[in-house]
Amino acid sequence: MIFSGLLIYWAYDPYRIGARSVTLFHFFPDWFYDLTGINAQLARGMALHFALAWIFALNGIAYFIYTVVSGEWRELVPEQKSFREAALVALHDMGFKVPKPPQGRYNAAQRISYSAIVIMGGLSLITGLAIYKPAQLHWLTALVGGYEWARFEHFWLTMGYVGFFAIHIGQVIRAGWANFRSMVTGYDLVEATTIPETEELVNAE
Amino acid sequence: MPNKLTPEREMSRRTRRGFMALGAGAVVAAGGWQWLNAGYKRGGDIPSPLRTMLRFNERVVRSALFSDDHLVKTYPSSAIGELKENGDFGLPDDFDADSWNLRLMPLGGGLPVSLTMDDLRTLPRHEETIDFKCVEGWSTVTQFAGARFSEFVAKFAPGSANAGYVAMATPDGGYYVGLDAPSAMHSQTLLAWEMNGEDLADEHGAPLRLAIPVKYGIKNIKRIGKIAFGDTEPPDYWRERGYDFYAGL
Repeated sequence: MIFSGLLIYWAYDPYRIGARSVTLFHFFPDWFYDLTGINAQLARGMALHFALAWIFALNGIAYFIYTVVSGEWRELVPEQKSFREAALVALHDMGFKVPKPPQGRYNAAQRISYSAIVIMGGLSLITGLAIYKPAQLHWLTALVGGYEWARFEHFWLTMGYVGFFAIHIGQVIRAGWANFRSMVTGYDLVEATTIPETEELVNAE
Repeated sequence: MPNKLTPEREMSRRTRRGFMALGAGAVVAAGGWQWLNAGYKRGGDIPSPLRTMLRFNERVVRSALFSDDHLVKTYPSSAIGELKENGDFGLPDDFDADSWNLRLMPLGGGLPVSLTMDDLRTLPRHEETIDFKCVEGWSTVTQFAGARFSEFVAKFAPGSANAGYVAMATPDGGYYVGLDAPSAMHSQTLLAWEMNGEDLADEHGAPLRLAIPVKYGIKNIKRIGKIAFGDTEPPDYWRERGYDFYAGL
């Protein structure tokens, strides 16, 4: 989705970091387009984007329904204490000598970011539809602030994913093999405090 | 313990299984990507699976979303911006405005009709200020005035009112668009001869252009010379260059 979005964005790329006549960073500089070869492929970008959007939407909806129905949302949704604890987790991970708060499957910072990313996914779908059919879905386009705002929001949500992804990958590498294995397999090995049956042991969280 | 199923052995079994599933997923994804893009050449048409998906989306939108009652947003005159002149295909400089007329080819191959601007001006004049949206992503609030296409058909081509498609081309055939009839007959679709309060400028398609705000700008053909009605999808300049035929908003 991000790749095909860039193919589309190239055709009209107004966003930047800066104010008035001062531009600190333009999304995106020519060297970026040249390096990635994403220039001059608008038709392909639109066709890809409007095909892959089905997978994005259906996968996201399936994930959301599963998380709600299975009850797994309890592990993911931030609690009242999460917002304070998340700051401690962040300081701890940045190397400050701060005790890491006790956690369940996910720590406070994870709860917040994993919930935020789901909300962002929903917003990407909504703003995307608002750009895709601003006449037929005029109420939706109005809801997100109009056509131009929708495109602006859609772009910055994507920048948000890129930031999330970079931090996420960094943290996975730091967390090490056992964590990565549990991400892929869905299981982890932990020390037992009592002596359970094997089946319970390998399912322990 | 009948079989030596230790937690470690069970974990490594599940690890193997998990990573094989991950690898298989990656292979399927890579294969799917190859298939989706097979045969693509820069600047050419898009690969057929992508074309099929655009067709599918078109069917979904036409059957579940499009409605005559869905009007595009209109703006006050104060919001009008300067519309970029973004294409001059089919607009040669040596165009002779005085010899222009509109050739109308009715449904079923009846006799062509030739119309002048005076004929068109007998139709009720409508004015609309809409956000003109380019397929590139930018948009400009623009005012158009002219005749409703549906009223034009009712008066000059009543036998073509039930055609499935409308084809339009510049006098020299250098640019051409195909339109599904429901979009063409939408109440905000105009045959326009004024833009932003003035007569249409040459570079914006004088003497007569299409203003169809339920479509991207690529369908808003300038300097219409021919209009034909039919029941099969007409050729379309940008459709032949990889874009969606429908291009609806």
